[in-house]
Amino acid sequence: MTKLSARDAVASLLAEYVHLIDEDRLEDWIELFVEDGTYNILSRENVDAGYPLELMSCNSKDMLRDRILSLREANLYNLHHAKHVLGAVAVLDSTDGVWTLQANCSVYQTNRQGRTDLFAVATYRDTVVFEDGAPRFKDKVVVVDTFAVARMLSTPI
Amino acid sequence: MATAMSLEWPVDDFTRIPFAAYHDDEVYVEEQERIFRGPTWCYLGLEAEIPNAGDFVTTLVGDTPILLNRQHDGAVSAFINRCMHRGTLLERECRGNASMHTCLYHQWSYDLGGQLRAIPFMRGHNGEGGMPADFEPSSISLDSMHVDVYNGVIFGSFSDSVEPLVDYLGPTVRADIDRIFNRPIKLLGYQRQRIFGNWKLYNDNVRDPNHGALLHMFHATFGLYRPTQTGGIRMDERHRHSTSYSAMGTSDDEDDAKAFADTKKVFDEGFHLRDESMLQYVKEYPDDVSLIILSVFPNLVVQQITNSLCTRQIQTVGPGELELYWTYFGYEDDDEEMTRHRLNQANLVGPGGLISMEDGEAVELVQRAVLREQDQHAFVEIGGKGDIVDQEYLVTEMPIRGFWSYYYELMGIEPAAEAG
Repeated sequence: MTKLSARDAVASLLAEYVHLIDEDRLEDWIELFVEDGTYNILSRENVDAGYPLELMSCNSKDMLRDRILSLREANLYNLHHAKHVLGAVAVLDSTDGVWTLQANCSVYQTNRQGRTDLFAVATYRDTVVFEDGAPRFKDKVVVVDTFAVARMLSTPI
Repeated sequence: MATAMSLEWPVDDFTRIPFAAYHDDEVYVEEQERIFRGPTWCYLGLEAEIPNAGDFVTTLVGDTPILLNRQHDGAVSAFINRCMHRGTLLERECRGNASMHTCLYHQWSYDLGGQLRAIPFMRGHNGEGGMPADFEPSSISLDSMHVDVYNGVIFGSFSDSVEPLVDYLGPTVRADIDRIFNRPIKLLGYQRQRIFGNWKLYNDNVRDPNHGALLHMFHATFGLYRPTQTGGIRMDERHRHSTSYSAMGTSDDEDDAKAFADTKKVFDEGFHLRDESMLQYVKEYPDDVSLIILSVFPNLVVQQITNSLCTRQIQTVGPGELELYWTYFGYEDDDEEMTRHRLNQANLVGPGGLISMEDGEAVELVQRAVLREQDQHAFVEIGGKGDIVDQEYLVTEMPIRGFWSYYYELMGIEPAAEAG
């Protein structure tokens, strides 16, 4: 794969990521992570103050699977459609096949009556590797500026 | 509009709660005076947040901005976060360290005891302007709260006649605080959750162990907590505070199948987590209790959910909104593995909590649905009517009635109608 097409593939991974969440295809969304991939949502307040607490933390793909199973079978949350608006993807590093990316996103939630609220603005800090020729998330860190969470944090950011 | 005086209480055992109390603007304003600035002790923070002289945090008591800091002599003090000159918010950051608190507007500076120390151009410039000749900076200090600390937990009161903190908490609450704050703690971080409902609906929520396995289906689906487990509720003698407690692994599948018969699926043996590390309880207290929800009137919850420990502060944003401010901690002597375990279990609670996320939705649904039903009442009889008493079971909402009995007293409401 050429360098340029690898870059395109990495950028399109982020696009696929947000579309799968917004289409509620969360089981497919999980497959964008490698088996020992991690997914952590951090509050900017804690990051700035040096505290380790996450808003959501999945330290393995199994924990991601559990999170989505719980959403499907156990949790009751505010009924909404999510829409992510993804900003430009910056490639910070791509040494030895390990890609470090940064991108901003905003997430809107629309309720059953068609009213839309801005739910979060956040920064993705991602580590992406290629597995069987396809880019997959090794570590995905979401730092939310909107750490005063409106209602609840149910579906992924 | 209603006032606290005109809220209708059809029975005197608080099994009926007037919906107007959740919505009315005048009731809300009166609560700020009679409850948050009344003869209560409000939770302000933890000593571990301000270990050094000059450390401060800004917080809210009800909706009053508060500046909490540690003085040079080690004492903790709290003030209204407002400059005495023209009323500007004094400290804008959530936390920090300052040797003086200087107002950005005109640079009036206060020491850590709240005493005004300096005013620029106090005697004017070239003999002109400035403060009147008889002005003494020492005559001005920040409006302060009484502060008392119990086992590292900081409380404040605006009332000169409030009872001592130890009496306000009472022996049952003190025992629960002593148990969790049994050695130095280590802060792990904060979470915030905006809930679009009245602050008392959240107080009701944490005094209602019955909803645990009905609203929060994570428990039931994956078998972490069931109302058929050993547990119960206990209150202080005024019933204003309450503790719900339970122990893990004290019910079996057969009991649960019976208990949940004829209801919508709330208990299902079919689902298992792939990674059960989150459900492991590392026993760390002398007893077997794995769940404590301690609610201290009017604005504090202290939580132990297995090894996840935190305080939740209830801040009011108006009659229809509250913010929950979650402060998570472990112990100073935790090793890295234990800290990671507590952080892992923090997935269970907070705004993204697998167990607790539903509370925000339930509170909002009540708030929205009762807007035009303000002459109607909530129906609170689970666990029984009449006397408000401790119970050794969890299918109860008795502590809600305890909260309201004390609310009623503080709000100076006239005696109720005929007993029901």
